[in-house]
Amino acid sequence: MSDVHSGVRKYDPPEGESTFSDPPHADRTPPRLNAQNSSRLWIGILVLCLLALTLLSFGLGGYPLGPVTVIRVLASRFVTIPVTWPQTAATVILDVRLPRILAALVVGAALSSSGAAYQTMMRNPLVSPEILGVAAGAGFGASLGILLGFSASVLQVMAFAFGLLAAVASLAIGRVVGSVSPIVLVLGGVVVGAMFGALISATQYFANPDTTLPEITFWLFGSLGRATNGGLVAPAVIVGVCLAALYAVRWQLTVLATGEDEARTLGIDRRVVRTVVIGASTLMTATVVSVAGIVGWVGLVVPHLARSFVGPSFGRLLTVSALIGAGFLLAVDDVARSATTQDLPLGILTALIGAPFFVALLVRAGRQWL
Amino acid sequence: MNEARQAGRRDGRISVEIDRLSFSYGRDGHRLVDVSLAVREGEVCALLGPNGAGKTTLLRCLLGLLTPAGGDIRVLGTDVSRLSARQLARLVAYVPQSATTPFPFTALDMAVMGRTPHISVTSAPSAADRRAALAQLEHLGIGHLAHRAFSLLSGGERQLTLLARALVQEAPVLILDEPTSALDYGNEVRFLDVVAELVRTGRAVLMTTHQPSHALTHADRAILMRGGAIVADGSPEDVVTSDRLSDLYGVPIHVAQVPLPGGHGRTQRTCFPVPSRAEPRSA
Repeated sequence: MSDVHSGVRKYDPPEGESTFSDPPHADRTPPRLNAQNSSRLWIGILVLCLLALTLLSFGLGGYPLGPVTVIRVLASRFVTIPVTWPQTAATVILDVRLPRILAALVVGAALSSSGAAYQTMMRNPLVSPEILGVAAGAGFGASLGILLGFSASVLQVMAFAFGLLAAVASLAIGRVVGSVSPIVLVLGGVVVGAMFGALISATQYFANPDTTLPEITFWLFGSLGRATNGGLVAPAVIVGVCLAALYAVRWQLTVLATGEDEARTLGIDRRVVRTVVIGASTLMTATVVSVAGIVGWVGLVVPHLARSFVGPSFGRLLTVSALIGAGFLLAVDDVARSATTQDLPLGILTALIGAPFFVALLVRAGRQWL
Repeated sequence: MNEARQAGRRDGRISVEIDRLSFSYGRDGHRLVDVSLAVREGEVCALLGPNGAGKTTLLRCLLGLLTPAGGDIRVLGTDVSRLSARQLARLVAYVPQSATTPFPFTALDMAVMGRTPHISVTSAPSAADRRAALAQLEHLGIGHLAHRAFSLLSGGERQLTLLARALVQEAPVLILDEPTSALDYGNEVRFLDVVAELVRTGRAVLMTTHQPSHALTHADRAILMRGGAIVADGSPEDVVTSDRLSDLYGVPIHVAQVPLPGGHGRTQRTCFPVPSRAEPRSA
């Protein structure tokens, strides 16, 4: 072998040039910030922005408050400091604005993270909890629960059960068609979403116009107006556990995003990863649907934004999606509650912002997705 | 291949042993029938055969992607049906024909994925893993592409990235499924040169190819398959002959011994289809 090589087939590349570039690339990638360092920088910046936005949100509303008062009131819950603020300020901050801000952070982080997880697992940048019909399924579960007069915890279980059913049904349609191409998955999700949309309409039709109908309508618009501190404990814990589960499989999921067969040859047990991802994402989506109703577009748009900051590697993508999603929903909810004297429905605002943004993304990257 | 090299390879330890393997897709009939073969350490084994001969099916069984209907596959003496995906990935690495992902992974992201079977399932690759992947990319001459988007690389660069991924996997067996089908002629030869170098470190390479000449220039063993069965197995000189190739592919193919330029009497076998103008259709 060696003597054959030394004679004819030996190829001596010019110094430093890749022997495999066709044509040889003249431009050399300049040394740049290591991807991990640059994403740490992004995460730091986003955390600071989120803190600032949260502080701002506490001050915003019909009863404006300065950031110093906000910090003092919040700190007074943990350390003893002299009370220099009216009791009204404490009530507004702790009982009115705190639950709403916490709800926005939890719901935004959960929807964006589950969107990022679904997109990565299905190697499909067009899916999201809404597009897969999960949100509609969970919405139907909640509506049915309201119609039947169940308690809040049963509503949550029903939202999860029907959300999971919707996710599985969307995936099954792709399987039956024999293709997992982006378009088939999206169509499957549209079909499942339409089915559950019809079932939601049915619950509205049969609902009592004085009692259960307004309640159901609330879910469909999406709103954080009914959040309470006590009611947020369980959802926040569930979302936290789900985020931790997704973070645990971050690398396995990243490898799965390059193809199922290849991932198997790299040692990935895809059943475990799929179970964790579908379970955690669906549970999170269903949980926040039971808190805030159907808040669309966040799970579709935010992961794209996050990917443009830190790339597709899921550990970084998850962290940044959660941060951006939390901040985005908090900002939108600030608008929803302070733009007019009346609360605007959150889901309507996110759709009005998200849809044009998604068109912009399609224009930029559309051809690669189809 | 020179004789000394051939002789050396024959003594190598058996890396992959396939014994009476059979496989069928539902009722569509058998795709593999009683396939038995062995690949030794330090050996490049080329798998030849027409479309549908069962080459890829055989590789997929070996990679654990398909479950055989019968027979055994042993890698370094271990029955692969008893191994988890993770354990198998430490023994067998795979270079696919091509890879596509809709996400903008960099070449380094892709290469470092080869470390997956060596890191705990709940952690991500360390800085040391990333350095190892970068070193492998540099070794293959594409270090300067490490931070480029994988999907925007040329076919040759992508194939080398996938090879780097398989190499950082540190598996003793390397499986390549038509690794050069997307490459131009120059890159094809360069890629195969790299593969031929790899077995010097004691790896065993099993690759499928549609180019019988690859077996003559770059392989130590050639295995010919048709209809899910092995029809010939041996050194390329013995197996890749005019008669066998013409029979295998159903078109007249000529294998010739040609002198190498400036080769001091050395020769190389090569093969080519007999042009139809030299062999009228009526014949």
